[in-house]
Amino acid sequence: MSEKKIRVLIAKVGLDGHDRGAKVVARALRDAGMEVIYTGLHQTPEMIVKSAIQEDVDCIGLSILSGAHMTLFPAVLDLLKKNNAEDITLFGGGIVPDDDIARLKEMGVGEIFTPGTSTEEIIKWVRENIG
Amino acid sequence: MKNGDRRCVDRRSKSYSEWLEKRYKSQKERKSSYSSISFRTHPPLMCPENSGKREYAESLGFPGEYPYTRGIQPTMYRGRLWTMRQFAGFGSPEDTNSRFKYLLEHGQTGLSTAFDMPTLMGYDPDHPRSVGEVGREGVNVATVEDMERLFDGIPLDQVTVSMTINCSATIMMAFFLAVARRRGIPFDKVGGTVQNDMFKEFIAQKEWICPPEPSVKLACDVIEYCSQHVPKFNPISISGYHIREAGATAVQELAFTLADGIGYVEHCIGRGMDVDSFAPRLSFFFDVHNDFFEEIAKFRAARRLWARIMKERFGAKKPRSMMLRTHAQTAGVSLTAQQPLNNIARVALQALAAVLGGTQSLHTNSMDETLALPTEEAAKVALRTQQIIAEETGVANVIDPLGGSYYVEWLTDEMEREAMEYIRKIDEIGGMLRAVEQGFPQKEIAEAAYRYQLKLDAGEEVIVGVNKYVEKDEKIPIPVLEIDKKAEEKQKELVREFKEKRDNRKVMEALSKLEETAREGGNVMDILIDAVDCGVTLGEASDVYRKVFGTYTDPGGV
Repeated sequence: MSEKKIRVLIAKVGLDGHDRGAKVVARALRDAGMEVIYTGLHQTPEMIVKSAIQEDVDCIGLSILSGAHMTLFPAVLDLLKKNNAEDITLFGGGIVPDDDIARLKEMGVGEIFTPGTSTEEIIKWVRENIG
Repeated sequence: MKNGDRRCVDRRSKSYSEWLEKRYKSQKERKSSYSSISFRTHPPLMCPENSGKREYAESLGFPGEYPYTRGIQPTMYRGRLWTMRQFAGFGSPEDTNSRFKYLLEHGQTGLSTAFDMPTLMGYDPDHPRSVGEVGREGVNVATVEDMERLFDGIPLDQVTVSMTINCSATIMMAFFLAVARRRGIPFDKVGGTVQNDMFKEFIAQKEWICPPEPSVKLACDVIEYCSQHVPKFNPISISGYHIREAGATAVQELAFTLADGIGYVEHCIGRGMDVDSFAPRLSFFFDVHNDFFEEIAKFRAARRLWARIMKERFGAKKPRSMMLRTHAQTAGVSLTAQQPLNNIARVALQALAAVLGGTQSLHTNSMDETLALPTEEAAKVALRTQQIIAEETGVANVIDPLGGSYYVEWLTDEMEREAMEYIRKIDEIGGMLRAVEQGFPQKEIAEAAYRYQLKLDAGEEVIVGVNKYVEKDEKIPIPVLEIDKKAEEKQKELVREFKEKRDNRKVMEALSKLEETAREGGNVMDILIDAVDCGVTLGEASDVYRKVFGTYTDPGGV
């Protein structure tokens, strides 16, 4: 029997319309053999957590380039907790300063990838940390 | 020595192909292929034999003359330098106002406003969707009073103002004109630019309120209104910048931007407007990326293509209708968070390409923009970079200094030809509106972005400090701007107070008038200026659009 495929939800949260990174990462994870669902733009934390539970994903990759990361990452974490879905790992990518990355990791975000990260590094991290 | 001379003459190749076979190919190359960042492969040398044939008058002409390949003004930078227009905006209108004044004090010659996400998407700061986003990526403006604070102490009849706003451009333009009217400045005295380019929103930047068709209609309301009442204002800035930043190649940027322009011209003509009544005020906005000569050629090709399209396709008669006037911005996407001081060098080279390409105005990015919005110091270095190019390098002494270069002329021709292929394809789909609805340009760009990422991951593309010359455990050596977190609370409070003190009966009347006009398909601008002047907010006017035209959801798709 083949190993169960890792299911990933790639999500764009908030009003930010920059989707180049989200789309590239979604495609790279798919090409690496994972099952990837992309939410499309302008999602609320509620919409994202609902999709994640409905789609029974192993992890959520959140893309934010709007500077609202300190509001939106904790909101998604909270909702995962409230819905007893803490087994879904949250990770993310975007323009996030180092100090904020440290704080987000303390709150429970798995990893934050900043500009310049290769898709290979992201694939490797997901394989090692999810499932 | 005599023998040596003779041998030298004898060794001369008779043609490029002979040189290539006998001289070049006997040597070793450093890499297996030489291609641009847009995947264009290059021959090692351009010369008369392989760079194509062209008639000077027809392909190039003189500066200020059709087809404007060499520049739109006869004097170019010998007459007047390009406008140095740095994009700025963050926090509250007061925060941005003081940055504007700082930039003007340091020799900047025009203003350019960055708005935050709620403003770009038509939400007031007290809307639930605005939480955490107010003032973070730009300035928050939700009322006519915010606009007054933003330009406090800045003479709007003397400094030209650019506003990067799209789906809510009608409303922001109404705020701006209402402020001008309150100050007693006649509309024909205000100059500036509003981006107002909805096609590229659906293609690349992706901030919208309504579906594509009504969005384009509203954009053309601004074009029509300005052509009649605000003649010195550029009512649209047809933008390749965001298209390129989303991952397009240089040719895709060129082609989709001009195809967007064609889309607007067709819509306005469809309304019964005479092409020469509005085309002279159409302006453009391009990215300037890393591949130096490709970028220069892109500007030259864009001018020639647009001139030909306007003359031959739309029958424009006025020379100004055929001139592609453009703003340029160095490529934000090319900057790196790693070794951020390197960004100063990248920006300088990109800015030089824009100048050699003949831009009318220029924004140079700050070195710290991959980390946060720019600090004052970083913004100043970026401005100084332009001043060094203008005052020290001598490149502004001669018009189109690269004109006639075998390589640059060949590249210009190639890019024009390839862009025309895309434009024909979009025509076949039924125009840009249909192409956008079908996701054609979006898909092409996503493909190019992914292709580039794979090359980068494979090390075939190099980014210094990121995948080559990497420094381990690097600490960020420059300060980063902190946005005052109080800006959000303050803006929320202000909009609440604003709503309390206004005459709500008047506001309701204005909103129903706006709704009626929108439903009937009339031009909303006149009504909107009065509406915002009596207190209608950004969110309320946007809600009218949502109600009348419906909302739009990203089709997603990877």
